[in-house]
Order: sequence, then C-alpha cells, then structure tokens
Amino acid sequence: MSDNKDKIVVDHMDLFYGDFQALKDINLRMPEHEITAFIGPSGCGKSTLLKSLNRMNDLVEGCKITGKIEIDGQDIYDKKVDVNQLRKQVGMVFQQPNPFDMSIYDNVAYGPRIHGIKNRSALDEIVERSLRGAGLWDEVKDRLKRNAVGVSGGQQQRICIARALAVEPDILLMDEPTSALDPISTSAIEDLAMELKENYTIVIVTHNMQQAVRISDRTAFFYLGEMVEYAPTDELFATPKNPKTEEYITGRFG
Amino acid sequence: MNERSTHARSRGVDHFMTGIFYIVGGSAILLLLVLATYIVIKGIRSYYPGVMGFTDAGIGNQLFNTVYLVVLSLIVSVPLGMAAGTYLSEYAKQGKLTEIITMSIEALSSLPSIVIGLFGYLVFILMTGAQSNLLAGAMVVTILSIPQITSTTRDALRALPDDYRTGSVGLGASTFQTIWHVLIPACIPRVVTGIILVAGRGFGEAAALLYTTGQSTIIDWSNWNLASSTCPLNPLRPGETLALHVWMMRTEGSVVQHSTEIANISSMILVIAVLVFNLAARLLSARIVKKNRGA
Repeated sequence: MSDNKDKIVVDHMDLFYGDFQALKDINLRMPEHEITAFIGPSGCGKSTLLKSLNRMNDLVEGCKITGKIEIDGQDIYDKKVDVNQLRKQVGMVFQQPNPFDMSIYDNVAYGPRIHGIKNRSALDEIVERSLRGAGLWDEVKDRLKRNAVGVSGGQQQRICIARALAVEPDILLMDEPTSALDPISTSAIEDLAMELKENYTIVIVTHNMQQAVRISDRTAFFYLGEMVEYAPTDELFATPKNPKTEEYITGRFG
Repeated sequence: MNERSTHARSRGVDHFMTGIFYIVGGSAILLLLVLATYIVIKGIRSYYPGVMGFTDAGIGNQLFNTVYLVVLSLIVSVPLGMAAGTYLSEYAKQGKLTEIITMSIEALSSLPSIVIGLFGYLVFILMTGAQSNLLAGAMVVTILSIPQITSTTRDALRALPDDYRTGSVGLGASTFQTIWHVLIPACIPRVVTGIILVAGRGFGEAAALLYTTGQSTIIDWSNWNLASSTCPLNPLRPGETLALHVWMMRTEGSVVQHSTEIANISSMILVIAVLVFNLAARLLSARIVKKNRGA
C-alpha cells in the first residue's frame, strides 16, 4: 500500500434509479496519483459509480444518491458545489471516442474556451501541451485544422484525452476507454494512462482483467451493485479473499 | 402439386404488384415532367422584351418583392423555429405540456394557408390599422414556416449522438454552452436543408398573402429613403409577390396588356424556382449523408 493521501472518498453511498437500487453501501478510498480499476460483469454498477464521481448521473432522470462522495475532503453532492467546476476538475474519457464534429484544434481548445480563455497564443499553448500529454502531438501537429471525426479510432480517443487534459483536471475518469479500439491503440492508451498518473489521479472502468492487472495500482470488484472486494491489484488477483471475486477473475462467470 | 401452384401464384402476384408500383411511381414522375415542361414551354413562348423589367409591363418588381418577403420572413421564422425546436429537443421533459406543444405545432402546420392568411389580415392589418404591406405578408409566411423549422431543428438535434452532450458536459460546459457551441453547429446542415424547403414554399405562397401584402407595386428604384412608401426596401409598403401576380393577371388584371404572357412567364419562374430550391435541399442533404459516412 502506498502512502499517498486519499483523493476520492466514497462513504456509505447508495444510488437509486427510480425504485431500482443500482449501488449498495459503497465504501472506497482512492489515493492520489494512482490508478484505480473497477471491474465486474455488465450491470454490476461500476460505470454508474464512475459517473457519480463527476456527477454525470445528474443527467439521468430519477437518479438519486444517498451517503457521501468526497474529493479533497469536499462533499461533491453538497448544494454549494458548482457542478460545472466539479466536472472541470474531474475529467472524463468515454467508452466510444466522442470527438466533436469540428477540427482537432477546436476539439482540444473547446474546454478552455468555455471556461473563458480567449487569447489565441494561450490557446495554442494549451492545445500543444494537451496533445503532447496525450502522446498525439507529433502525429497531428501538421493537420490541426482537420476534422477530428476523420482520424482513426485510436487517435480520436487520444484527442478526447487531450480534450479532457486541456481543462487541467486533477482526476481523470476513464469509462472502458479502449473497448472500441484495436490492440495497438489499446496499448498506446494504457501506456499513456501509466504516464498520466504522475500528475493525475485515474479511475478506470474496464471489462478487460488483463488491462486492470497491467496498469492499475488498486482494483475494486463489483457484483450486483455491491463492492465485493477492494485491494492492491496484485493482491486481489493473486489471493482474492472473496470466492465471488475468485470465480470472476478466473473466468467462471462474467 | 398443390404447393407448387401456390408458389407459382404467389410469384405471379409478386410480378403483378411490382408492375403496379412501377406504374404508380412512373406516373408521378411523368405528371411532374409533363406539368413542368408545359409551363416552361408556355413561359418561353410568352417572352416579350421588357418582361423582366422593373416597370408595370415587367415582373421585376414582383420578383424582388417575393425574394424580399421570403428574406423578411426567414429573419423571424428561423430564430423562433430553431429556438422552439431546441427547447423541444434539449429542455422539454416528457409530459403533458410537451405533448400539447408538439400537437399544436403539427396542427399549425396542417392549417389551410388561406386561414392563416385571414388570421394575418386580422392581426397584422386590422389590429395595427396599417395598410396592406410586405411585412404583414412576411409575418403570415413566418407563421406558416415556424412549424417546419421547429420540427426540422428538433429532429436534427435528436439525431445527434448523445456522446456530443456527455462529451461537452463532461468538460464542465453548461447545457446552454453545449447547445450553442456543439449541438447547433453540428446540426446546421440539416437545419439549412429544412430552411431551403421552407423558403421554397414561401416563394410560391399565394393564398396566405391575398389579404396582407396588397396587390399594387409602386417602387421608385432611385428612392432609398426607408420611410418612403416607394422605397424598394421599405417593408411597410404594399408589395405584390409573383404568385399573387399570376392570380391577379388571370382575374382582375386580365385587361392589362400582355397579362396572359405575364402569367405564363411568372408561372415558369415560380416552377423553376421551387424546383431549384428542392434540388438544392436534396443536394445538400446528400452531401451530409456522404460526410456522415466518413467519406
């Protein structure tokens, strides 16, 4: 276990979609500058929990949360919290690469622009820094004006990562970021995630257990809305304490 | 044996019905071709020098009025229709109110244009105490256009992937920023296609304008004082449109010299213009489809 301080704390959290309880009494502490992976079969609630961390669940009608989620000690569901500021601090990368129908440059500059940065040279600098951060600068620096929808899936996903980095978050949430990508692009994104954890705290949802083993420091296993087990990744995969976890990671269901 | 004859019969029916559909489809094309060709040939034959001029003998003024009226109406109908469409797609929650609005828009779009024309006469002429004028006509066309622009915008926005919304909101953008900077730009091509069709309809509208635009056109092309009733750009002057002119030339105005020729040529221009508007809309949407396939 590392000594990094806890960045995200989930405390006795329940989540309901209408009458359906999607998450049950979740307790979880995610340290700074580490990668935490959420694994579990489809419908286990891992994506739902991820989307609660930047309140994307607010967009779902009938979604209700009890308990607490704290980031840097601040309850993010507190009435005083500005949800747009929260989402600026907690960036997100989605399952399907979702660049906007505009140029690569405008995609990356989109976040800073809506947060009020208009100065051209400042934007140029942010775009370059973010694209470098996403390991894409050398590939696209000569075609920043090209539409982002026209590049390959792997590049699109890295544009989305650059777009998220451009608003300078401290936390990056990744919702199965490689499930729509080929193996080469997948490994590029994985390498990138490992580099990014130097500066960011990363939470990743993945269907791919090998991926969790390769890149994460800690893994949480979810089943039917409950967090079954949470441990340092090597421990969880080598000596799972819960029989359900063992069944899942050895491929007996899921 | 029996099974075989059933099979043969169903094949026969299939051939027969395919033939029927071909005939029905073919006659639609034939009808359009015959009609358009007839009107165009009549129009070309009716040509006389000065018909395109901006005097009483020509139809230049009417053509200008028509274009100006469509532009005036679009200035109002596009923002209103797009705002309403955006509301329905992005803000409205499922419920009674939304249902009522949607139903009203559908009802509005199916009202006979003569009824809207009368309503316009009541509101924009009688209630304002104004004389017949272009702006009143433009407002009537606006009422006719808003439902279509609204539903085009709503459908274009709904067709956008949700990823655009989550992607933008996930960066800390507000709902309005998301709509303004991401969603509207992404659906502009489709909305423009709808606007072109609406413009085409406004171009040929006659019944709705009978009571509002007036049937005289006295324009002084050297007078650019907007307040003057003979200034071409004064929206509050009477201004007969081309489609109305056709009607006039075949009724009260049929005593005018060249009235038959004027009606023929005006009809030709209207038909060609509407065809061009429709083709432009088609081409544009074909390009959008191609672009969306990633070509």
